[in-house]
Amino acid sequence: MTLTELTIASARQGLREKQFSARELTEAHLAAIDALNPRLNAYVTVTAERALAQADAADAALAAGKLAPLTGIPLAIKDVFCTEGVRTAAGSHILEPFVPPYESTVSANLLRDGAIFLGKTNMDEFAMGSSNMTSAYGPVANPWTRRQDNAALLVPGGSSGGSASAVAARIAMGATGTDTGGSIRQPASFCGIVGMKPTYGRCSRWGVVAFASSLDHPGPFGRTVEDCAILLGSMAGHDPKDSTSADVPVPDFAAACRRGVKGLRIGVPREYRMDGMPEDIERLWRQGLDWLRDAGAEIVDVSLPHTKYGLTTYYIVAPAEASSNLARYDGVRFGLREDGADLRDLYERTRAAGFGAEVRRRVLIGTYVLSAGYYDAYYLRAQKVRALILRDFTEVFVHVDALVTPTAPSAAFAQGENMDDPIKMYLNDVFTVPANMSGVPGISVPAGLDANGLPLGLQVLAKPFDEETVFTVGAALERTAQFHASPQIRAGA
Amino acid sequence: MSLDAATIRRIATLARIRVEDHELTSLAAELNGILGWIEQLNEVNVDGIEPLTGAQQMALKMREDDVTDGGYPEKVLANAPDRAGSFYAVPKVVE
Repeated sequence: MTLTELTIASARQGLREKQFSARELTEAHLAAIDALNPRLNAYVTVTAERALAQADAADAALAAGKLAPLTGIPLAIKDVFCTEGVRTAAGSHILEPFVPPYESTVSANLLRDGAIFLGKTNMDEFAMGSSNMTSAYGPVANPWTRRQDNAALLVPGGSSGGSASAVAARIAMGATGTDTGGSIRQPASFCGIVGMKPTYGRCSRWGVVAFASSLDHPGPFGRTVEDCAILLGSMAGHDPKDSTSADVPVPDFAAACRRGVKGLRIGVPREYRMDGMPEDIERLWRQGLDWLRDAGAEIVDVSLPHTKYGLTTYYIVAPAEASSNLARYDGVRFGLREDGADLRDLYERTRAAGFGAEVRRRVLIGTYVLSAGYYDAYYLRAQKVRALILRDFTEVFVHVDALVTPTAPSAAFAQGENMDDPIKMYLNDVFTVPANMSGVPGISVPAGLDANGLPLGLQVLAKPFDEETVFTVGAALERTAQFHASPQIRAGA
Repeated sequence: MSLDAATIRRIATLARIRVEDHELTSLAAELNGILGWIEQLNEVNVDGIEPLTGAQQMALKMREDDVTDGGYPEKVLANAPDRAGSFYAVPKVVE
């Protein structure tokens, strides 16, 4: 048995039946990280000693029959979640010296449920990016390569690129991510794995390095829909330390994966048919809808008329919130400091040295759209369009139970591509951003390969706090797609 | 509207990010490209629409106005680049 190939669900079973120990499972992953991380750069920090100590504690708990939902399961944590005593840099040079004295609620929930942390994963700087190319700690390689050209390194997507690459390459069984405009779902699609963004408020943002607070959603990555459901069950829950955390019960998400789609109404938003979308993606989308129809779902054409304004609205709202959130990096309380002639010079030099080009660009845009004289024209107008985007979803979910769309308008591209024009990079998130604007839950499920042999994902969206339907439809797509292709770079390959 | 070098400098000052003179031209081109693209929001009719500040679909919870955390200055100051006793230290502000 290759331990790194197991799903979380099957590893849980194996641990309980004493087929292998948590230490063996953890050691297998650590050895695979040693072998593959120099090529992938998926992890920025590997906490091997800590992981082995957690594994021994898990084995003791297993021996005593004290089982928690994730006892002994080795996971990777995006470096945007503060981890007590372990450097958390969020892909930025400005946080390079930062060692949090506290644990984020989501990672604390995973530890409470017995998980083992292998390390922290690479990401776009402050989660701003769709390719992982903006990280101050170097690009991440996608473990998949093009059939005709396996030398060209492809991006894993972003911003949670390290987490997606690690799970796809079998150097983590699952991982955490955050999704502000698509940063879980788009890398999941690029890396051929499952990524889930729950409803806004389902997972606490406390201890998550903030990018755009009204859009940031923590969520899980796994190689199966059920694994994501298991992880979300542990990550979710009300947290008094996050005022936007929802005080609602956490249902059994894994049980929802076993339900059928018979009788469900699935909407197909006509605005998601974009000019110039690759034929492979169109074909896969049609196929996915056929699968659901065959399984007894009713397919309905619907309209989300403000879809095309999602991205532009996002590029006002997200930079505005970022410019405010990132004001805390001042060189005084934590992080990098560059000395200056006076306090103001210290601030300006610290922030110039500490922020990369994309972060600087967004902070400047955000500062401008919030500045006196421009607030109404940009920020206030964007908030009104955001209300219209939410209204589109509210109205459509009166008529349908879920929406099915492509996750991204392309497969993974090469490192260095789409770098000449920021807007070209931003277009990656055209299908994912509306769910962040409205807060509705969504998942990306790998559904097939394109002509180059690269994975493509389909996205399922449902109404707020109805993650169960997202999992039900996602699992139905997964069962029919039978996606068993694996990346060229992976543990044991 | 198009941002000129003086406006970029003003925004950078507001954002407290040092920008060198030789960066102003390329930065203006980048930001103007993004702002030009954003202009498409002007086509949307937003008459009578209330602005949406966030995605949470429920009222924020209230709690008692009590101190519930704190009292560990060493932890708080552990990451300070410079400190004096239980305080953050910065260059002299008042002469």
